[in-house]
Amino acid sequence: MSAILWQLLQIILVVAISPLITGWVRLVKSRLNGRIGASPFQPYRDIYRLLQKEAVVAHSASWVFRVAPYVTFGAVWLAASIVPAFTTHLFLAQAADLIALVALLGVARFWTALAGMDVGTSFGGLGASREMMISSLAEPAMLMVTFSLSLISGTTAPAQIIAFVLSGGVGIEVSLGLALAALVMVAIAENGRIPIDNPATHLELTMVHEAMVLEYSGRHLALMEGAGMVRLTLFMALIGGLFAPWGMAQSEGGALALAVGLAAFLAKCFVLATALGVFETSIAKMRVFRYADFLGGALLLGLLATIFLYVSEAV
Amino acid sequence: MLIAAALSALLALAVLGVAAGAEMWRHRMVYFCCMIASLALLAGGIKHLGQTPGTGPAIILPIGLPWLAAHFRLDNLSALFMVVVNLASAAASAYGIGYCSHLPEPRRVTPFYPLFLFGMNTVLIADDAFMFLVAWEFMSLSSWLLVLADHKNAENRRAAFVYLVMACFGTFCLLTCFGLMAGGEGAYSFSAMRAAKLDGIAGFLVVLLALLGAGSKAGLVPLHAWLPLAHPAAPSHVSALMSGVMTKVALYGLIRILFDLHGHVNWAWGAAMMVIGGITAVMGVLYAILQDDLKKLLAYSTVENIGVVVIGLGLAIAFKGSGEKTLAALALVAGLYHIVNHSIFKTLWFLSAGAVITATGERDLGKLGGLTKRMPWNGVAALVGAIAISALPPLNGFVSEWLIFQSLFKGPSLPHWAMKFGVPVVGAMLALAAALAAACFVRAYGIAFLGRPRSEAAAQAHQVPATMRWTVALLAVLCVVLGAIPVTITDALSHVVTPLTGVSFAVSADLGWPWLSPVSSTRGSYSGTVLVMTGAGLCAITLLLVHGFGTTRVRRADAWDCGHKESIPESQYTGQSFSQPLRRVFCASIFAARESVDMPDPGDNRPAEMKVRIIDPIWVGLYAGIGRVVDFIADLVNRIQYLTVRRYLLMMFATLVFMLLIVAVRQNQ
Repeated sequence: MSAILWQLLQIILVVAISPLITGWVRLVKSRLNGRIGASPFQPYRDIYRLLQKEAVVAHSASWVFRVAPYVTFGAVWLAASIVPAFTTHLFLAQAADLIALVALLGVARFWTALAGMDVGTSFGGLGASREMMISSLAEPAMLMVTFSLSLISGTTAPAQIIAFVLSGGVGIEVSLGLALAALVMVAIAENGRIPIDNPATHLELTMVHEAMVLEYSGRHLALMEGAGMVRLTLFMALIGGLFAPWGMAQSEGGALALAVGLAAFLAKCFVLATALGVFETSIAKMRVFRYADFLGGALLLGLLATIFLYVSEAV
Repeated sequence: MLIAAALSALLALAVLGVAAGAEMWRHRMVYFCCMIASLALLAGGIKHLGQTPGTGPAIILPIGLPWLAAHFRLDNLSALFMVVVNLASAAASAYGIGYCSHLPEPRRVTPFYPLFLFGMNTVLIADDAFMFLVAWEFMSLSSWLLVLADHKNAENRRAAFVYLVMACFGTFCLLTCFGLMAGGEGAYSFSAMRAAKLDGIAGFLVVLLALLGAGSKAGLVPLHAWLPLAHPAAPSHVSALMSGVMTKVALYGLIRILFDLHGHVNWAWGAAMMVIGGITAVMGVLYAILQDDLKKLLAYSTVENIGVVVIGLGLAIAFKGSGEKTLAALALVAGLYHIVNHSIFKTLWFLSAGAVITATGERDLGKLGGLTKRMPWNGVAALVGAIAISALPPLNGFVSEWLIFQSLFKGPSLPHWAMKFGVPVVGAMLALAAALAAACFVRAYGIAFLGRPRSEAAAQAHQVPATMRWTVALLAVLCVVLGAIPVTITDALSHVVTPLTGVSFAVSADLGWPWLSPVSSTRGSYSGTVLVMTGAGLCAITLLLVHGFGTTRVRRADAWDCGHKESIPESQYTGQSFSQPLRRVFCASIFAARESVDMPDPGDNRPAEMKVRIIDPIWVGLYAGIGRVVDFIADLVNRIQYLTVRRYLLMMFATLVFMLLIVAVRQNQ
């Protein structure tokens, strides 16, 4: 019973705090740039404002264009509901493992890319084409991370991995470090952050994600933006959960454990969001065709993380 | 009985097809009867699959070679493939009812079509090497005639020629393979082969020849060269069967030989197959991304999927060879699941391509666009197929790839170092292929069905006849069903793998009905059913929330496009421009892809041009090389033609002495 209640809490929580996290990253970046910056609650106002506006749909758009925002948001939301944020005791924890999680994010990307191509403008196609190139390197890297985690802990289910790490079955491992580095690189690419993509840009030649959602407006745009925010929260929960699971409530925990879990989750998000802001301010965006080096590096790190397991075993 | 009746009906239909002449309704009747026969065979297959592991009675017919009877038998593996073959052929036949009137020369297709179905089904029930090879040749030759249907096109004639050469090569390998297994006594029935245990060099040669023979039919790299030529050349409902089903019959041959007839398996062969499968998967999808011809793209995508299946089969052999029977069963279930899935979504996409060709007369992506608005049925069905083929949840393609990944992740538990280091690499290849497949089908669907029409033909596209819409819609529904209730399917597949791996095994044993939990519930589990329901619920809540808090108003306007008003449809991204980043990243080394820009000087009115050069390493490196060697040998042999009589006599004398020497040496041993 409690699994269902906690699941509901998780489903609401990830959507409720996502805009705040995005707002916080923006605030950190503004301060580091020497600007005062908007309140971290500004994204909530933005989304509300977009919801009130009528949606403008191009004449050439088909039904795919109008369905895509709902599917994209739904898929990202579903994925975020599965990643244990503050407790491993979730109803949906068994419904999907890390492989399915990667694929659910793939569903969101698939529909966004199609929506980008639907109106029939050159920018949409440009964004879709680049996004699929990025994902074709980021997805294998993410699966390699899953592979090495599965070899260490014997499972691909995030809740089980967390339980394993919490039980103290794992010490400091080279492979874990490599996997973490690969996962962070994948997270940067998947969320369209600098140095892969600039979420604040509207400059045609450098944008990827923005190019795909260029034709969206009103509630459709709100959903697309919202999906991006939830995805960022998802990756923070994933990184914080898999590599720093401390404080996470386990199945036998009561209300106190839950409160500790929530506090720990919020603290992790705060730290990661601040780190992301600092990182983005201190680095420049890459050229498009350098992405392959960056993400190829992530793929290689993921692969090395797996292979190092045997090397360290043998030594 | 049902199966025998349906098979004889197919033979009779071939004769009727010849008699159909120019009357279109007779052609329609033939396709209708083919559909009934396929449905009957489908029912027979399902009925047999329902029985827990068991084999049907062996049937011995007094046909074939003198004093050698023909053996037939239906077991669970045959029944599964019978379901796969006839599900797709029932759909393709129903599609043919509407499609045949759009063909330039239906008379060149109708007579051979039932023969093709007959050949494929007979391969599945053959219980001796002779019948197997005869049926195999039946299948090859009838499909060769179908490839030649539009023989006025020089490209098709070349495709048919390459296909014939490869088919001969494949049959030759299989013939030798069966010859080895039959041994000195020439025991050609399958039961005798099962009893004989081959190992050492002979055992290895059997595996190699089976891989070459069945692999050339299935399209394993580098033997895939005929496939992208022949599949697009045939009419679409035939290419659907060639690509979606005939390649599966080839895999049936591979599974039959490797898991059933050949007693000993070695983990190293499995490891080699996994590497071949991985290379096939990545190369296949990279080829597909470079194609502008819709049907060629689909044919190459088949190469990719065959690679995925072969990874699963290789893994199963590696596990079986190491004594891990349960894991072998898991990997085999995963491979078989992917076979079932691919036959459905590839048939769906080829039939959609046929609808596109009927509606527009074009199969060049550069001349399509915006079709989902003009052909909504096909638009939705093709989208479902695209999601399924890209291995995205909750559709069927994801379930089988998930199972393959799960069994792959257990690969390093084998005690061999080559597996420990090799399996992660193959895993990375599989993941890369899956991600690239998504890119490939975003491209194919986005360019053909979305955007604005790129040509007059695409702008004038019309709906296709009802049978051509219903069949794709039904296949799309199947994609959803097979993804949403995976456990039902894996349970049926468990019956098939039990006799092959010698272990009774259920993927859902640990958690029960809607949950797939391959090894144990703590190893990672998946439930398509729960995901579908939760996902649909969350999408519905999103819809309600958005419409509750916001406005539902919609305004139609011109595309914004960053303020570039009234751009022409040609300004859209094309297939070539879509694949450019992928081409630069992945194809620069493998395909030696180079781009050159021809930019005219200011004042010059020439259009600027961008040229892309791609070199196919397989054609250039392998086949051109083989061609040169053949030419060289032919030149050598050619000289013999111009010898003098004296030299001919000398040569014959030398040969005679040589032969006598061999006899003398052997007798003295």
